[in-house]
Amino acid sequence: MADVRNIEKEEELALDDANRVQVLSPGMMVAKRFFRNKLAIAGLVIIVCMFLFAFLGGVIIPYSQSQVFYTTEEMKKDYAGATLITDYQVFAADGVELPSDIGAKLILALTKKQDVVETRDGSQFSLTQLDDNSFEIKEVGGAETLAVAAKLQVTPVDSSKKLSGTFNVNLIKALATDETMFAADDERFTVDEKGNGAIVTAADGSEVAYISGYSMNAVESGVTLSVDFREAIVEAINSGSSEFTFAGEDGEEEYQVSNKNGQYVITKYKSTSVINQFESPSAKHLVGTDGNGMDLLARLMYGGRISLLIGFVVVAIELILGIIVGGTAGFFGGWVDNLLMRFVDVIYCIPTMPLYLIIGSIMDFYKIDAGIRIFYLCIIMGVIGWVSLARIVRGQILSLREQEFMTACEACGISIRRRIFKHLIPNVIPQLVVFASMGVGEVILAESTLSYLGLGVKYPAASWGNIINAVTDSYVMTNYWFVWIPAGFLILLTVLAFNFIGDGLRDAFDPKMKR
Amino acid sequence: MKKFVIKRLLLSIVILFFVSMIIYCIMRAMPTSFVEQKAMQLSQKPGAKSYQEWIDQLNAAYGLDVGIVPGYFKWLAKAIRFDFGDSWYFNMPVLEKFSSVIWYSFALGLASFILEIVIAIPLGVVAARKQYSAVDYSVVVFALIGISLPSFFFATILKYIFSVKLGIFDLYGIVGRDFMNLSTAGKIFDMAYHMVLPVITLTIVSVGYLMRYTRTNMLEVLSADYIRTARAKGLSEKRVVNYHAFRNILIPIVTLLGSSLPGLFGGALITETLFQIPGIGYTSYQCIIQGDIPFVMFYMLFFAVLILLGNLIADILYAVVDPRVRVN
Repeated sequence: MADVRNIEKEEELALDDANRVQVLSPGMMVAKRFFRNKLAIAGLVIIVCMFLFAFLGGVIIPYSQSQVFYTTEEMKKDYAGATLITDYQVFAADGVELPSDIGAKLILALTKKQDVVETRDGSQFSLTQLDDNSFEIKEVGGAETLAVAAKLQVTPVDSSKKLSGTFNVNLIKALATDETMFAADDERFTVDEKGNGAIVTAADGSEVAYISGYSMNAVESGVTLSVDFREAIVEAINSGSSEFTFAGEDGEEEYQVSNKNGQYVITKYKSTSVINQFESPSAKHLVGTDGNGMDLLARLMYGGRISLLIGFVVVAIELILGIIVGGTAGFFGGWVDNLLMRFVDVIYCIPTMPLYLIIGSIMDFYKIDAGIRIFYLCIIMGVIGWVSLARIVRGQILSLREQEFMTACEACGISIRRRIFKHLIPNVIPQLVVFASMGVGEVILAESTLSYLGLGVKYPAASWGNIINAVTDSYVMTNYWFVWIPAGFLILLTVLAFNFIGDGLRDAFDPKMKR
Repeated sequence: MKKFVIKRLLLSIVILFFVSMIIYCIMRAMPTSFVEQKAMQLSQKPGAKSYQEWIDQLNAAYGLDVGIVPGYFKWLAKAIRFDFGDSWYFNMPVLEKFSSVIWYSFALGLASFILEIVIAIPLGVVAARKQYSAVDYSVVVFALIGISLPSFFFATILKYIFSVKLGIFDLYGIVGRDFMNLSTAGKIFDMAYHMVLPVITLTIVSVGYLMRYTRTNMLEVLSADYIRTARAKGLSEKRVVNYHAFRNILIPIVTLLGSSLPGLFGGALITETLFQIPGIGYTSYQCIIQGDIPFVMFYMLFFAVLILLGNLIADILYAVVDPRVRVN
């Protein structure tokens, strides 16, 4: 151990040792200066985290960006309706065809206290009162009962069976004359009072029909209201209570009764599947869900991919165009330079944001697919944004061109292409790198602004900008902060990180910098 | 100098010609045009003519019945005489609409411009004087946060805090509910009050550039030989910075500020739209969405003129402020 330490000490002391003099290439100097910059390192860390978040996170997270989540919610739903029968219902016997306007004419005759009903087609019927609320309809002078009229509803207990006309007629006649037995269709039936209505039992003891002064129907088709349930409804209506419980097949359930202009509506809480909108952050959805019931964390990750991707692709396009045009203009000068730079001026003068908006609404009109739209967006932003880079490159090359090493290149007979791309462009790289890192931030900012205005990346594709778009609805802004705050901070952090790196690089490339 | 300015102006005209041509072509390619929507609306009225008949009639009325190239020259022939036609969406002459909205934008721009200068220059100088200190780092971070903040996000946070939570300001608009009942002074105050949040947004979002620019230039000046001389003479640090150094950073700063003067009229498209300030930015946003060709053409051209003007002012100021520079 001691030996090793001794040797180290000796090495340190050897003044003429080549290892003692640290030789740094210019590139290493730049890297050293860059890594000393705390802000630049912070920016680098943020960017790495963002990439992990967007690209790795999207793989890890079990949800996809367009998966819609549902939740069950207890919702008050209309279950049945009940109305007190106030008009006479006409029950025709089997084989009897009554004119269609018999009901209306019957009411007319009753109010006029006539005992003959005349329908529009001229046929006449005689009315015989059975009791307070029921009438018998016969042919004038005839003895056979054609129909009866009463303020009652007769419902079969077994909904698959239809009650015959004769059954109805004989039943109502029996009720009116307070008889407990009646015959119909070669069978004998017994009528018993039950609650506020009456129940008809066949000879074998099975229940056949239920009679009530209320007309009751289930809201959903295929649901039959049992006799006991009907009883419970009438009970609740009569007692004026607003809710009742009834033990059905699924156990005891609560029902609510409300009166809507004489019509009673029976409602029941029922669990319904709804889109899980704006759910607060929870263990299942760490950042909650958005207005379409999609997991916000997943959307933030996938949105990050798109935002970062657009940033890099656009800057790549800008770099290619900027280097080619700027390099050519700077190197050749003269009329080529003049022409290309005037072209640059023209594009530079077009206000970018309004232009993006116009193109965005053009794409809206053609209903371009959300995925393809992202590529168009990249191309458009790249094709418009390269001009400032072209100016930088041209300026730099104009000054480099006059230096001795370029004269030497020319004297050596190196080809023009090689002179531009091998000897001039590498000298512009510091500016290019700084421009690129700040450019990515700028592009992400522009893209998010466009998406925020609804003219950039479109639903169902996610981008940080269009996640924040939800705040255009003030209700979302005030009540669901978790929808827009995280996306905003991600944009801010990412752009900030690119600016930190850009700033750090610029300082690192600057040979005048002391540290 | 005179020759230089004249040359630049002539060049600007050529550039404007091409800019307007490009914008006109793009606008004409916009199929969701105002005319089609209007024709659709009109043809759906009871007893109306068919859609095709309406669109033919409206196209003729708005001068869209000719091809893109003749249409452009038709527009240009009028635009040269400062006749930009009528805005379709607002149904009034473009210039009239423009002159009624531009002052909102100018007020907004001027207020934030002054605030920017007041905040950015002192902070930039202080940061440069104490390079790598805590003050310097916080100024740099503050400037970069400002640059990196999406204006729509910052505006929303401001609205959330000051309008929703605290209820101090209105969410939208330039005037309050009882604006019509106010006295003249009250009206002006009411409008200024509604401009507070937009001005804060604009200032924070754009203060960073000037701050960083000031810091960089100050750093450069402070490392110059004449500052060492001034220090060697035994001048107080205060005098060195405030007198010798500050005067020298005025050259780039005055140039930058001068060239951004035309921009005060340009309006802030996003911020105005977010707060629904009826300035030139919000107005043209509505026109762009509606496909109102005459107004958008005017706005884009106006903006291009502002950019060219800014560049020209920068070049001229550079020569005027710095006697070492001679324009050739």
